[in-house]
Amino acid sequence: MDTPNSRGELSIKNTGTLKVATPSDREIVMTRVFDAPRHLVWEAMTRPELVQRWLFGPPGWSMPVCEIDLRVGGNYRYLWRHDSDGHQMGMRGIYREVVPPERLVATESFDESWYPGEALDTWVLVEQGGRTTITLTVLYESREARDAVLKTPMADGVAAGYDRLAEMLASGAALGVEKGGGVA
Amino acid sequence: MVSDRAPTLDRVFHALAHPARRRMLRSLAAGEHNIGELAAPFRMSFPAVSKHIRVLERANLVRRRVVGRTHICRINPAPLKDLAAWTEGYRQVWERAFQRLDALLDELKTHEKNRGHTEQ
Repeated sequence: MDTPNSRGELSIKNTGTLKVATPSDREIVMTRVFDAPRHLVWEAMTRPELVQRWLFGPPGWSMPVCEIDLRVGGNYRYLWRHDSDGHQMGMRGIYREVVPPERLVATESFDESWYPGEALDTWVLVEQGGRTTITLTVLYESREARDAVLKTPMADGVAAGYDRLAEMLASGAALGVEKGGGVA
Repeated sequence: MVSDRAPTLDRVFHALAHPARRRMLRSLAAGEHNIGELAAPFRMSFPAVSKHIRVLERANLVRRRVVGRTHICRINPAPLKDLAAWTEGYRQVWERAFQRLDALLDELKTHEKNRGHTEQ
């Protein structure tokens, strides 16, 4: 268990691991550090032939279609396919802000969405010492939509890995606890 | 399944939605405290503190026992574990993708180095 510091907070190790937080009812925020300069991360996020090599979920899925018109008002189109059963899942959206290599804002809308409404994705890239932190904020139209998205992977029976109090409290911290530390 | 416990999760979210209650939980993470000790960091009346503790109790985050006239609270971490599990599946799906991105970025770095590229 991590030791609370002088302000009673718990420190969290986060090198190379993804943190998922829910700072408000309608948001999911993911933060992760990559060992690469920002301009390369930007390329990997915005060049279709590179996006196709990483942006897909569980094993067995691939991303055969990736079209990106990288300008404000431009569209993107993603299509994922399950390699053995042929099941497909499509997503599209419109870019709202394109500020290379630091900020990308786009809507997201699934073809057969299991959550109501659209979502807004905001990618922020910050480089420090040759490493880049990606912060992805997904803003849903309602809490119900956000919760539906978070619950989905649980349907696959993904086992929970947390059993230490520090990590549990980190999840509490994920709910906006650590903004400045003390009592607001 | 965590999703079967949605009403419980709702109470946990509600309980964690107040900074004073989060501060109390952090104190309790370090060990048991009585209500006076929990109230100490706040300019808050005893009834107000007591109300916050009841919210934490309803979310099953805090257990209370009475010794003489003293109410002693301790943390019950189980609901926080559910909360962690709730985002864990989502996290794992993205982590897989980001691990592939790690590998791709290594490749791009090598490629750039070989070209003698100096852009930052």
